[in-house]
Amino acid sequence: MNLQIRAFGIARDIVGGRIFVVEMPAGTTVGDLKNFLLKTHPVFESLSSLLIAVNAEYGSDEHILAEQDEIALIPPVSGG
Amino acid sequence: MDNVSILLSEKRLSPQSCETFVRAADAGGTVIFIGTVRDQTGGKRVLRLEFEAYEPMAISEMQKIAKQALGKFSVRRIAIHHRTGVLEIGDIPVVIAVSAAHRAAAFEACQYCIDTLKQTVPIWKKEIFEDGEVWVAAHP
Repeated sequence: MNLQIRAFGIARDIVGGRIFVVEMPAGTTVGDLKNFLLKTHPVFESLSSLLIAVNAEYGSDEHILAEQDEIALIPPVSGG
Repeated sequence: MDNVSILLSEKRLSPQSCETFVRAADAGGTVIFIGTVRDQTGGKRVLRLEFEAYEPMAISEMQKIAKQALGKFSVRRIAIHHRTGVLEIGDIPVVIAVSAAHRAAAFEACQYCIDTLKQTVPIWKKEIFEDGEVWVAAHP
């Protein structure tokens, strides 16, 4: 399945765009996607944290992703 | 919730409208936190800041914080407003106003809101220096 992923802040700089698509097998979890991204973009390892939001909520590593989900990479936040 | 005002905007924030929103006949005090863009960080001159947000999630996370604060502290009304886009020195990126019957709860709730916002709300700040730019807090 193709997952459309939004990227913000430094994650947008790392992947080189606001939205990118990755092809993942059915049943892929948030944790699987994170591991995949750490392999394809090892520079993510240097961040203080990398979270993934699913449909505008923080997703746990066990959360199973679906093609229609709105997925976003959340690097360390720094509002305020 | 009619006792909560949440705003994410590219336009200039108004501490006055936050204060007005949290006014209540049974409130004996209001605490307002106003974040401002300072001209240096770690001794290095900052030219401006750029804020970006994952908007729908930022708004829902700000709503969650206000709701949690209303549950944890004895407070009446809460406004949490945050700005996005390019901000110059002295501009206001965030305003939090809390009213309560008694001041202690208003101080505590206001601190809780700003501290939690900095940890959970998907908003990112880039500092622009004379010789480069840095996403704040990205690296350990």
